[in-house]
Amino acid sequence: MALRQCAIYGKGGIGKSTTTQNLVAGLAELGKKVMIVGCDPKADSTRLILHAKAQNSIMQMAAEAGSVEDLELEDVLKTGYREIKCVESGGPEPGVGCAGRGVITAINFLEEEGAYEEDLDFVFYDVLGDVVCGGFAMPIRENKAQEIYIVCSGEMMAMYAANNIAKGIVKYANSGGVRLAGLICNSRNTAREDELIMELARQLGTQMIHFVPRDNVVQRAEIRRMTVIEYEPTAKQAQEYRDLAQKIIDNKMFVIPTPITMDALEDLLMQFGLMDEEDESIVGKTAAEEATA
Amino acid sequence: MTNLTKEETQALISEVLEVYPEKAKKDRAKHLAVNDQSIEQSKKCITSNRKSLPGVMTVRGCAYAGSKGVVWGPIKDMIHISHGPVGCGQYSRAGRRNYYVGTTGINTFGTMNFTSDFQEKDIVFGGDKKLAKLITEIEGLFPLAKGISVQSECPIGLIGDDIEAVSKKASKEINKPVVPVRCEGFRGVSQSLGHHIANDAIRDWVLDKRDGDNSFVTTPYDVSIIGDYNIGGDAWSSRTLLEEMGLRVVSQWSGDGTLAEMELTPKVKLNLLHCYRSMNYISRHMEEKYGIPWVEYNFFGPTKIAESLRKIAGYFDDSIKEGAERVIERYKAQYDAVIAKYRPRLEGKRVMLYVGGLRPRHVIGAYEDLGMEVVGTGYEFAHNDDYDRTIKDMGNATLIYDDVTGYEFEEFVKKIKPDLIGSGIKEKYIFQKMGIPFRQMHSWDYSGPYHGYDGFAIFARDMDMTLNNPCWGKMKAPWIKDEAAPAVAAAA
Repeated sequence: MALRQCAIYGKGGIGKSTTTQNLVAGLAELGKKVMIVGCDPKADSTRLILHAKAQNSIMQMAAEAGSVEDLELEDVLKTGYREIKCVESGGPEPGVGCAGRGVITAINFLEEEGAYEEDLDFVFYDVLGDVVCGGFAMPIRENKAQEIYIVCSGEMMAMYAANNIAKGIVKYANSGGVRLAGLICNSRNTAREDELIMELARQLGTQMIHFVPRDNVVQRAEIRRMTVIEYEPTAKQAQEYRDLAQKIIDNKMFVIPTPITMDALEDLLMQFGLMDEEDESIVGKTAAEEATA
Repeated sequence: MTNLTKEETQALISEVLEVYPEKAKKDRAKHLAVNDQSIEQSKKCITSNRKSLPGVMTVRGCAYAGSKGVVWGPIKDMIHISHGPVGCGQYSRAGRRNYYVGTTGINTFGTMNFTSDFQEKDIVFGGDKKLAKLITEIEGLFPLAKGISVQSECPIGLIGDDIEAVSKKASKEINKPVVPVRCEGFRGVSQSLGHHIANDAIRDWVLDKRDGDNSFVTTPYDVSIIGDYNIGGDAWSSRTLLEEMGLRVVSQWSGDGTLAEMELTPKVKLNLLHCYRSMNYISRHMEEKYGIPWVEYNFFGPTKIAESLRKIAGYFDDSIKEGAERVIERYKAQYDAVIAKYRPRLEGKRVMLYVGGLRPRHVIGAYEDLGMEVVGTGYEFAHNDDYDRTIKDMGNATLIYDDVTGYEFEEFVKKIKPDLIGSGIKEKYIFQKMGIPFRQMHSWDYSGPYHGYDGFAIFARDMDMTLNNPCWGKMKAPWIKDEAAPAVAAAA
C-alpha cells in the first residue's frame, strides 16, 4: 500500500491530539505502520503513544546541538505503542520566536533524513489549532499531506474554524493535490450535533466520516498517558476509534471543499438553534441602555 | 550637442516610456518631468517616495540601510549591532567612507561589524536571549564603547522579538544607553523611512538625556552640524570654516560624531542642516521641543558656500557676520585659483546626476562654478519637499527623474549624451563601458572631501581628471579604422 499522508486540523482544544492518537492506535491494531508528526510547539501530540510527558522535539534538540544539521533521525524519532513512530517538531514557548518556521524546519529535516522512506502506511500530522501562517500550512503543501481531516463539534466556534480551514485547503488544493477527506465530529453532547455536522459536511462538499461520542474513559486513559485502545481495549469507546480507523482506511471521498459564506454558516446555526435571529436594534447597546429603553 | 528644448525633453520622456506596458508606463510617467522654474510646487509635475515597481532595477536601499548605514553607523563611539542574519551587517560594513578619528576596536568602532548572526534556531526560538548575551559580551570586550544601538534586520520584525525590553534591561546592567531601532528592511519604500525611524530613535532614546542638566558651559555661538556624514572628510573641511568665522561646533551628526555630542545638541543655538532629507526630522523636533532654529546650508562650491556662510551668520551678531566675510575673503585667492585652473578645461561640459536625497541639487552650484551645466538630475529616495527645492536650482527644460529605472537612465544618457555622469557604484561600470566619464557621487570615488573650500579644490581636480582623462580617446579598438582617427587626435 502506498504511503498515505493525512493532516488533522481543527479549532484549538477540540481534541485533535487525543483523537489522532486514539485513531492511530486503532490503525496500528489493524496492522498498519503509522508515524505521527506533531506540528505544535506544545509538543503534546505523542504522549499517549509514548507514555511520556512530552518527547524531545526536533527544534529543541537542534537548538541544543547547535543546528538542525547536527541532528540524526534516531535522536528525534521515538517508537511507542504497537511500533507507532513518533516525532514532534516543537518550537518556542508562547510569545517569542517563530513557531511556524519551526514546523517548516522540522518537516524539511524529516524529509531530508528520509523519515518517510521507511515502510510506512500512514503519516499523521497533528497541527496547531489555527493555520495562522505559512508554517502551519507546511503539512498540506505539495508532496506532503494529501488528506485533511477536520476535527469539530456542534459548537459555533468549532464550526467557524472548520469552515476557515476549508478555505485554507481550497488555496492549496488549487496548487497541489491536497483534498478535504472528512469531518470528525468529536462530540460535546450538544443538541442534534450529528445532524448539524452532517449538514455542515454536506455544505462543505464532504462527509462526516465518524461521530465520536463523548465518554469519560478517554479522560481516564489520558491521565494514564494512554489511548483508550491500549488502556481498556474492551471499552465501547475503543470500538468507536477502531471504527474511525477502519473508515479512514476505506475512505475514498477526497474533495476540494466548498467553504460557505458567513451568512450561510449563521443560517445553519440558527436553523439548529445555536444562534438567535440577529436583532439589529440591540447592536452596540450596553446593558444599562437596554434597561432604560 | 546643444541642450534640448522643453518640447524635445518631453518627447524624450514619452519615447523612453513607450516600451513599458500600459500600467507601468502610467506609473513611471509620474516620476519623470521636464523642469519648469515657474512651478511653485513640485507635486504638480513629479511624484516621489512611492513603491518601486518590480523588475525596473531600482537602486534604492532599505530602511535598515537608512538607519544603520546612514544615520547611526557613523556615530563612532557606539557599537551598532546588526541584529539578525549576518549578511546585512557584513555587506554594509565599512563601505561608506565616513571617516573618523579614533582607534578602531578600542574607542571607536566605525568600520567593524557587530552582528547577532541569526541561525534557524534563533528564528524559531527568538533572538532575545542571544541579543542580551551579545550586549554583555560587547561590554566585556569593548569597555570603552559609550553605548549600543540595536539595528533590526527583517526577521526581527517578523518574529516579533521584544528588543525594547532587552535594551532597557541591558542598559541598566551595563549602565550605558542601549537604543533599539525598528528599522526592519521591509518597512517603507526606500532607505528614507530608515532615516526617519533612526531620527525618531535618537529623539526617544538619546536627545533628552541631558535635559535639566546645565553643567555644560555654553556660548552664544554654539552650533551643530546636522546631516554631514563626513564622507572622505567632508565634515572636517566644513567645520573649519564655521570655526574660522567664530562659531563653536558642539556636535557633528553623524560623521565622526559621538554619543556625547548628540546628547549635547539640544544646548546649541542653531542647527545647521546639510542633508535635509535624512535629518530634517530631528531638526524639526529640536525646534519644537527646545526652540532651536535650524537652517539648511550648502557647502559645495564657492558660490553656495559664500551664500551659506552669510545665511548662517544672519542668525548671529556682527562679529559672526564679519567672520563670514573674513572667511570668504581669506579663501578667495584659493578658490579663484581653482576656478582659473579648471574652468577652461571644464567650461560648457554637461552633467547628469542621479544620487540619493541631497546631492542631486546640492552639487549643482559647484558644477556651475566650474562653468559646467547639470542637464538632468534625480533622486533615489527624495520626497516632494526635496523636489520643491530642486526646481529652482535646475535650468528650464532640463530633465528630472525620480527613482529612475536602469532602462530609463541608460536611454536618457544615450539621447542627452552628457559629458559626465555623477551617480553611484551600481551605475558606474555601465556608463564607463558606454564610454562616458563617470564620478561616484555617493562615496566621492575614494576621494574627497568635497565640502568647503578645501573640498572644492579636490572636487574640481577630480572632475577634470575624469572628464579629460585620455582613456576616453581610446574607446575604439585600434583595428577599427573608421571614426577612430578623430578620437586618437583628440587624445594626442
